[in-house]
Amino acid sequence: MTAVTSARRGPTGLPRLLAGLGAAGTTMTLAEHETIHGPLPTISGPELIGMIGHSGLRGRGGADFPTATKLQSVATRRGGATLVVNGSETEPASTKDQLLLGRLPHLVLDGAVLAAQAIGAREAIVKIGDGSPPVMRALEDAGAARPDDGVSFEIVAGPAGYVTGEETAVLNYLARGIPKPTFVPPRPYERGLRGRPTLVQNPETLCQLALIARFGSDWFRELGSDADPGSALVTISGAVTTPGVYEVAFGTPMNDLLAAAAGPSEPLQALLVGGYFGTWVKSSRALGLRLSREDLRSVGCALGSGVLIVLGESSCGLHESARVIDYLANQSAGQCGPCVHGLAAIADSVCALADGVAHPRELDRLLRWTTEIRGRGACHHPNGAARFVESAMWVFADEVELHRRERCTARPAGLPLADLSVGTQETRR
Amino acid sequence: MSARLRVNPITCEAHGLCAELLPELVRLDDWGYPIIDESEVPPELLTLARRAADACPTLALILDEERGR
Repeated sequence: MTAVTSARRGPTGLPRLLAGLGAAGTTMTLAEHETIHGPLPTISGPELIGMIGHSGLRGRGGADFPTATKLQSVATRRGGATLVVNGSETEPASTKDQLLLGRLPHLVLDGAVLAAQAIGAREAIVKIGDGSPPVMRALEDAGAARPDDGVSFEIVAGPAGYVTGEETAVLNYLARGIPKPTFVPPRPYERGLRGRPTLVQNPETLCQLALIARFGSDWFRELGSDADPGSALVTISGAVTTPGVYEVAFGTPMNDLLAAAAGPSEPLQALLVGGYFGTWVKSSRALGLRLSREDLRSVGCALGSGVLIVLGESSCGLHESARVIDYLANQSAGQCGPCVHGLAAIADSVCALADGVAHPRELDRLLRWTTEIRGRGACHHPNGAARFVESAMWVFADEVELHRRERCTARPAGLPLADLSVGTQETRR
Repeated sequence: MSARLRVNPITCEAHGLCAELLPELVRLDDWGYPIIDESEVPPELLTLARRAADACPTLALILDEERGR
């Protein structure tokens, strides 16, 4: 590997990204940031892309795509590339990007400057979600405090809505004010904003990149495994004692992950891995897993944007799933027939099962619909929703049967998914 | 030469002509939107596939024809 541009040694163990994180409501200053991580390194584009490739870093926005490949494909295209930092974070159960943008903005902006330089972009647009004035302020202050890096920043707040954070929806909003996905190809890296090749990256990915540029890819690989190197931010919510954002190494056993959130707050029933596009797994299976792509794939899961929702025994998984699919159906951008009509029908069907008023053959029809709508939207919204519902039907099959007989295992108490969109959890390492 | 059939789901308005003209490759879902189970178009259906793509009122049915190398 090529020489690391900073003589400084990276931190041993954890935390990495969250090193020096202050109390809630505080934003790390540039001076504090440089004391902890050292100054922004000077590094050539090809050298950075080589380091990122060797590090094995993958995108942390949910698509899990190799970051170096994306950087390379934009860098090799001619014609004034653009960088968009996609901080929309429209997944209700995720708060890690808001944490990074609002409290560690210089780490995100470091990554943005390095990525922009590597692809030859002179401007970077940071797109954030609606209703986060503190994040906007933190980013504006951070941008103003930084020396001229040859990259200008524009910070844009977009509207709320699950699908508005999808990358083509972000670009469509920035170009035309329409926060809805577009038909691909062309993909953003081919033809994005103003017809230029556009690199769209998640804030956490850029933070990881900023540290790799400083401390090297071997350092990055000190944590995790060969297949899943490094650390990741995970937002844990639901039936745990202290919900929040935690930085953990890949390969961490699920039990240790829950222990980081001070453990379950009641006996466990199931885990939703990967957020609302994710997959339910029975806790008896989930607790034997490690946080690795291989382990998660063995139970049909992906980490997505690093969301873990813990369902306790006092809640009804079927009712919770009905509420989530109802939400997802309402969040369709309304452009594609299979999504508009399919998700509405699927949501009605799951609600009927939850209410115990479904036709005896309802499940067959529901699973035909979830199969049929896959791959038939412009974006992945129908696919994610279908995957979620299929896993719910599988994991809560007993509950479906009970509800058919007008029974339910849960006390009518907790609705853990309800408060997820509030995002008021205290965040700790 | 290989040809693949796909649908732009944003412009598709469920007119259903594709399933009328090319039932070998296109069926409709419960709401009248096309489902293409196998996007590869066999040579004997190429003419019909071209006709179906041309006939789509919103030009949502797309036939990607790749020239042989």
